[in-house]
Amino acid sequence: MRFTLNGKKRQVQAPPMKRLLDVLREECGLTGTKEGCGEGECGACTVLLDGMPVNSCLIPFAQVRGSLVTTIEGLQGRHPLQDAFIAEGGAQCGICTPGMILAAAALPRGATMDEIRLGLAGNICRCTGYSAIYRAVEKASTRSARRGREAP
Amino acid sequence: MGAIGRNVPRKEGLDKVTGRAKYVDDLTFPGMLHGRTIRSTIAAGEIEGVHLGFSRKGFTIADCRDVPGRNVVALIELDQPCLAERRVRHFAEPILLLAHEDRERLLEAEARIAIDYRETAPNYDPEKSDRCFKEIVIEKGELARGFAEADVVVEGEYRVGHQEQLYIEPNGVIAVPENGGITVYGSLQCPYYVHRALRVLLGLSDEKVRVVQTETGGGFGGKEEYPSMIAGHAAILAWKSRRPVKLVYDRVEDMVATTKRHPGVIRHRTGVTRDGRMTAIEIDVLLDGGAYMTLSPVVLSRGVIHATGPYRCDHVRIHGRVVATNTPPNGAFRGFGAPQTQFAAEVHMERIAEALGMDPVRLREKNAFRPGDTTSTGQKLGRDTSALRVLHEAVSRSDFRAKRRAYRGTNRGIGLALFFHGSGFTGGGEVKLASKASLELTETGARILVASTEIGQGTRTMHAQIVADTLEIPYEKVEVEAVDTARVPDSGPTVASRTCMVVGKILERCAQEIRRELGGRTARDYLAERGPLVVTKEYSGPDGLYWDDETYRGDAYGAFGWGCDVVEVERDPETWEIRPTRITAVCEIGRAIHPVLAAGQIEGGTAQAVGYALLEEVAIRDGRMANAQLTNYLVPTTLDTPPIDVAILENPYEHGPFGAKGVGEMPIDGPAPAIVNAIRSLGLDVRSIPATPERILEAPAVQNPG
Repeated sequence: MRFTLNGKKRQVQAPPMKRLLDVLREECGLTGTKEGCGEGECGACTVLLDGMPVNSCLIPFAQVRGSLVTTIEGLQGRHPLQDAFIAEGGAQCGICTPGMILAAAALPRGATMDEIRLGLAGNICRCTGYSAIYRAVEKASTRSARRGREAP
Repeated sequence: MGAIGRNVPRKEGLDKVTGRAKYVDDLTFPGMLHGRTIRSTIAAGEIEGVHLGFSRKGFTIADCRDVPGRNVVALIELDQPCLAERRVRHFAEPILLLAHEDRERLLEAEARIAIDYRETAPNYDPEKSDRCFKEIVIEKGELARGFAEADVVVEGEYRVGHQEQLYIEPNGVIAVPENGGITVYGSLQCPYYVHRALRVLLGLSDEKVRVVQTETGGGFGGKEEYPSMIAGHAAILAWKSRRPVKLVYDRVEDMVATTKRHPGVIRHRTGVTRDGRMTAIEIDVLLDGGAYMTLSPVVLSRGVIHATGPYRCDHVRIHGRVVATNTPPNGAFRGFGAPQTQFAAEVHMERIAEALGMDPVRLREKNAFRPGDTTSTGQKLGRDTSALRVLHEAVSRSDFRAKRRAYRGTNRGIGLALFFHGSGFTGGGEVKLASKASLELTETGARILVASTEIGQGTRTMHAQIVADTLEIPYEKVEVEAVDTARVPDSGPTVASRTCMVVGKILERCAQEIRRELGGRTARDYLAERGPLVVTKEYSGPDGLYWDDETYRGDAYGAFGWGCDVVEVERDPETWEIRPTRITAVCEIGRAIHPVLAAGQIEGGTAQAVGYALLEEVAIRDGRMANAQLTNYLVPTTLDTPPIDVAILENPYEHGPFGAKGVGEMPIDGPAPAIVNAIRSLGLDVRSIPATPERILEAPAVQNPG
């Protein structure tokens, strides 16, 4: 089946009902996407499907045909959120981090605190109490806004 | 500029934000099988027969007869079988192990297995238990004299429920047969606990067992003792199949089968003068240990030592018991007994204030420990006693008194809790552990070799900061060796808020010796002249610490951290849900080696305690967790966690590295009583947690609201 994974066109053979999570980890070898609960509650397996955050444990592979899938590997360490999560302590044990960063990456630019809280409500972090994650998201948002202004 | 006190980048931060960090489920080995544990479906009885109902071809199947050494999970007592023999003592007790190349085949096979039992009557009520794992009595002064001095006696019973650690990465290991022995890779806190358990289980010598920690997605105590069990299962399968075996739990299995925080009933009887001086404290603590001992005696120990809360009193008697029931064993969880007993102490304190018609802050001020006071075990407190300081800071930062007045008669409430937490192992524990740490000189700096694990709290980073500043080299020049029992010494378990204060101190001493050894030479010159240099040091406690385990008298901890939380809540008039709207968390931790990491511990522990107080209910039906999934076991999300205003105060501990005490556990002690006290300020007499809407609806009115 054909789809676009992290900006590259891919053809991957896998059973159509296999969870996207398992196809990414097993067939594609991208283990940055994590399984926390397997029932769509914790958000550790969040990836972007056509730009929208989804729980990849609930998505059958057949559903991504022709779509754009972005995993944490697709950010290539260059997303402002990634630096901000390190600086602000947004990642502690790190298991929710890939999913949390992708959910945060899908937030609207200049999101308010209420929008951030709502946008991340499907991603459970047991380590941070979320405060450091909010600080990281706000920091990255100011940084991208500044970068946006500086661009010609 | 030194590294201490600076927010240097976390050592493995980049790996974690890019998804490159390797957790156990991210690893595969050639020829690897997947494992599955078949568990009891009854809570008490005997196994009479096992019928497989599927073809064995391609499967490795193991039961208790396949254990090469002793069939126990070696911990404090050897009472827990790794695989049930005949007796079953709790639901989800492991009976049989399966391994196969294909995970799906394991699930199909599991569905076909039938086990015959002869059931016996289970007991789920700790009050009716006939087996006591541990009983402790702490006595100070003469209780009768204390009550004779009292004007008022306040009594109360407080109840706390189970709590699931809910690390987001479930328990998991891979066992690999290697060099005539076994290597286990796993998500774990205490590599040398697993090492010992495997030696006993497999009957192997030290060097035939190797334990390697993989990046660990949270522990909170839930990966303190349980990994010895799951590692044992994977090792038995690997031993029998001669192939690597991966055993990773799904969420349901992890919640049904692994340890939780001990539920308990705590009873207080306190004598107090009309002006609020406590003259006598009598406390009874009963904890439900579940079916096997695990770490229950030590949980009880920390629980009873913290049971008075941070208050002075000349006449104290504390009686604690932890007993057996037919539920899955309870075990370590952040705070380790202290959140249970300090919940009771601080809600009781609020009730004393209500009974006296006294301001709750004033009552606490009057009784809080000062330097030079003695605790219930007779420990004389040092200059780093900050109970009053954290209380005053929290009260003024949160504007507690004005808000308390303003919220009266509304749906808003505000409450506080004052608490303390001992750092490191209790009593003589650290001397017995005799932990070791090593430091190796490298061409450009130094390499840390410790068994202390990074489980999210920042072990690698904080240890590297201590070494960097002691050696006066840049933080970036300090490397941290992977935790592998073949390479690092036994630094003791990563528990009890000891990794910074205790192991960090040993590393500081290693670094001091390396400096002396270098004598001003560069590392490169030294290595060229003299060859490799590795310094290993063993724990050496401060002089004059005394502890008697028989009488429970003496210095229970090297140092205490001090905390005060203020929580504001709102009651939904329709649903009776209580929503915390703001938390002020003030902690005195000696010295913050890394302020962002330290604040992260305080914020995270506080959020876990919000769950403990309001949301997290383990529903046990017929001995089994009935809500073993995230759909109905609710932990705080972004929408349940209010803004947390953290204030870190410093009051250096003279024997901690750069003055540091422990920080990991303390933040979970305070929020639950502060939340319940805020609910009490709404006039609702709640004395048990979690304070779900159902419990709040049933709560009677507070008789003398403050």
